[in-house]
Amino acid sequence: MTKLAQQLAQSRNFWFWTTLLLVSWVLSTYGRDLAKAVDAKWLIKFPAAWRIPMKGEISAAMSWLVEDAHFGLFTVTEATRSITWLLEQPYQLVLSLFASGFYQGVGQDAVLVFPALSWVFVIILVMAIGHYAKDWWLSSLVGIAFLYLAVFGQWDSSMVTLASIAIAVPIGVWGGILLGIAAYKWWIVELALRPLLDLMQTIPVFAYLVPILFLFGFGPVSALVATIIYAMPPMVRITTLALKSVPTELKEFSLMAGCTPRQTLWKVLIPSAKPTLMVGVNQVIMLSLNMVIIASMIGAGGLGYDVLASLRRLDIGGGLEAGVAIVVLAIALDRVSQAFALQRSPDRPLYAGNSTTLRIMNYPRTLIVLLSGGAIFAIGSFVPQMQTFPEAYELTTGAIWEDVIRTINVNFFDQLEAIKTTLLSVFLVPVKRFLGGIPWIWGLLAVSLIGWRVGGWKVCLLAFLLTAFIIVNGLWAKAMTTVYLCGISVLIACVIGIPVGILSALNSRVDRIVSGIIDTLQTLPSFVYLIPVVMLFRVGDFSAMIAVVLYAIAPAVRYAAQGVRSINPQLIEAGIVSGCTPFQLLRRIRVPLALPEILLGLNQTIMLALSMLVITALVGTRDLGQEVYIALTKADTGRGLVAGLAIAFIAILADRFVAAGANRAKQRYGYES
Amino acid sequence: MDKPVKLACRHVWKLFGAVGPDFLAGATEQAPTLEMIQDAGLVGAVRDANLEILEGEIFVIMGLSGSGKSTLVRCLSRLIEPTAGELIFEGIDLLKASAKEMIEIRRHKMGMVFQHFALLPHLTVLENVAFPLEVQGKSRSQREQIAREVIELVGLKGREDNFPRELSGGQQQRVGIARSLAVEPELWFLDEPFSALDPLIRREMQDEFLRLQSLLHKTIVFITHDFEEAVRLADRIAIMKDGQVIQVATPEQLVLNPENDYVKEFTKHIPRSKVLSAGAVMSEQKIGSSHQVFADERIEKIAEKVVTTNETFSVLSSEGNVVGSITPQQVINVLVGRSDDQ
Repeated sequence: MTKLAQQLAQSRNFWFWTTLLLVSWVLSTYGRDLAKAVDAKWLIKFPAAWRIPMKGEISAAMSWLVEDAHFGLFTVTEATRSITWLLEQPYQLVLSLFASGFYQGVGQDAVLVFPALSWVFVIILVMAIGHYAKDWWLSSLVGIAFLYLAVFGQWDSSMVTLASIAIAVPIGVWGGILLGIAAYKWWIVELALRPLLDLMQTIPVFAYLVPILFLFGFGPVSALVATIIYAMPPMVRITTLALKSVPTELKEFSLMAGCTPRQTLWKVLIPSAKPTLMVGVNQVIMLSLNMVIIASMIGAGGLGYDVLASLRRLDIGGGLEAGVAIVVLAIALDRVSQAFALQRSPDRPLYAGNSTTLRIMNYPRTLIVLLSGGAIFAIGSFVPQMQTFPEAYELTTGAIWEDVIRTINVNFFDQLEAIKTTLLSVFLVPVKRFLGGIPWIWGLLAVSLIGWRVGGWKVCLLAFLLTAFIIVNGLWAKAMTTVYLCGISVLIACVIGIPVGILSALNSRVDRIVSGIIDTLQTLPSFVYLIPVVMLFRVGDFSAMIAVVLYAIAPAVRYAAQGVRSINPQLIEAGIVSGCTPFQLLRRIRVPLALPEILLGLNQTIMLALSMLVITALVGTRDLGQEVYIALTKADTGRGLVAGLAIAFIAILADRFVAAGANRAKQRYGYES
Repeated sequence: MDKPVKLACRHVWKLFGAVGPDFLAGATEQAPTLEMIQDAGLVGAVRDANLEILEGEIFVIMGLSGSGKSTLVRCLSRLIEPTAGELIFEGIDLLKASAKEMIEIRRHKMGMVFQHFALLPHLTVLENVAFPLEVQGKSRSQREQIAREVIELVGLKGREDNFPRELSGGQQQRVGIARSLAVEPELWFLDEPFSALDPLIRREMQDEFLRLQSLLHKTIVFITHDFEEAVRLADRIAIMKDGQVIQVATPEQLVLNPENDYVKEFTKHIPRSKVLSAGAVMSEQKIGSSHQVFADERIEKIAEKVVTTNETFSVLSSEGNVVGSITPQQVINVLVGRSDDQ
């Protein structure tokens, strides 16, 4: 008997969980025969006649919305198309500035009026921004990152991507701030927003690509809308949280100073919440970059499109280069926005010039950028290399990567295959069979029971309703495949991630290496994982699992490390003076006290795994992700939304269950209620 | 006491929880007891507080944590809406003032200093002090000029362009004080202003505070949990316990006639010489001595003089009439803490 089992056995919980598991196992193994014996096939397979044709109705509603619905004077389509037009204008402007240049006239007759910004100038500009945000180090990091884009032939695509980020991020940030303020001021807004945000963050993006496509048309604007919807929710949450955590005294002060409500908000609350808000801005930027590839499915060009196209061609070199370019862009933007978040006060000129004509002299950086801009523009007219990076000097590493993969495949094929087969037959397939065999009726009961056990009747009711939704839509089998893939991946991610996290909290050298790896993993767009994994293991559950584990392991490591690190050092000292061995310290003090944080990490890992599952559908899994993906290719709104909601519901249930567990752990150790 | 009343607080209640509409209906005649409040599932943070704060005095509200003193001062400034009661400030009932009127009153007549300074982290010292003027819409030059004057008054000249985080705790609170004084308030609330400071700095800030008050003569409501601080600063002290004001008196009266054992417990450890005046210690015998002290002088101040002279002093009223006499022995009794009616 392991220690874990012993501990479980001590509590009443043990009996609940063993019985549940046993019954599930029996029903999963013999349920089919049992149902046959009593001649009640509906027990196993949810009867088609009982299904609610929800997806058909949603699709119908969608086409009604697009074709017939109107607000009196104009139709819905006209409204959304005018939003498209509104978004299109700034986007075109930025796009021309960074990538395409300004033209007069159309088609063949178009005359270049003003060229796009030269690559040299853009590099100088971002270096100046880096220097303004922090120091020369950041400046050179950003400079090298952008130089990389130019040298490796990714410049044009990168600028297209940058242009869409430049539009999506401000809208996402300001939209998020305004909604967050509304939620802070009026509790009713908060109440309404909370489930909506939950859904927006858990529903896979693919699920709402189709309706967006219908409403806004294929093109960069649709991609912008999808990006904003995806990237905004954290900003809303962070804004509300930041405003709430402004010290009460400051709020009281602003009242006592006689501020009007508006002055309180804009002069006291928002400025003092600024450091936290900047964390949100960073989040929005990173999420927007995450969306780059998915957005290219509905018409965004740029790096995302390059990755997607290479993925379809199974061109590993091309895909990896474009993918790495996204990462490089992400790292540059991430570091700069983090530097702005940490910047403690606005930069002021040390001496205030009195004469207005010479005020620019107080800002040498701005002056240099402006002057060099003018110079580059002037030289660029004669020296085209200044304007666009000379193609002859571009490098590519594509061939190298393909060689690497080919070598591995040629030399290690048997070993890789053996690992894959063993894991599949020993672990993956039995679990899949077990979960897949559970009859829907027992599944519904079991999930509700778990809900009742961990969180009382409210969670029980929620569990029942959400599971029932999945069942009546005929998605039970696919949902179980999703649970299986997600569960196994999360398990592996935790088995690897949590010990690594604990280790890196205890050892600073390990920590440096681990956080380097984790940082890279987190900035890699999820699609990029697929390429090498598929090259090595081909399509199927196993490849999907590896990609999911790689993508979802970061929070498991991060939160475990954070949990162990944030333990009150006095408790560790108390353990040491009680004569604990290092191992006892770990097992008796560190791990139990870090448990709530570790569970939070588990929660995040589950969320990431679920979101990655939709993407792994590309490599041929038969789960809800595939359902969403098929719906996308067939432009079937109803099917996509229903399957997307099903995934979101699994995520919500997992979240509630784990959160209840975390709360219980917290109470047990007397942190808080 | 012939000073006019600046702020009167009558039957002020603050109950937390879902208060029924007529829970306090008969409160003026028959106030609900602590048990009744608890039985109703409420928390009685302030119960039936009656105070009159006189113009130009330092009125200290003293109580331990959880006694309701912070809630009470927030009721007085209407940062918290009292459940019931009246707040008369210069003849108007603050609780009936509209939000707009409250903004005007706070902009021009009230100032407040907070325990944790409540400085705006993104503004410099100068901008922080000028902030209340900025929200009033004063021009930049005007508000900066006023702010510079107040900053000099609190002894922070030269620090105008620093950010709050670059200052020590004591300096930060000076900024807080300067900021609250910038609007020249008539009523000045200080909510445990020195509690977050180190003991030595606290002492220094108390002296600074007394110096400022000797220049400005504001009407002050000062909150503290430190009885020594209260005695040092107060003209009058209100002692609070469990949301109730137990006793309102001068420090001397508190020491001489504590209302109950709870108050007595506080006064026990206070050196008498710091509280008692010559008038409270003297005997009625009117002796015309060449050595004289005034009746309202604290023992602490006259002790050295009386003991080294080693003669009986005559005690004068503030008009200069002899009202009694004080012997070196009486002074020594106070100094060593011996009860003098043995």
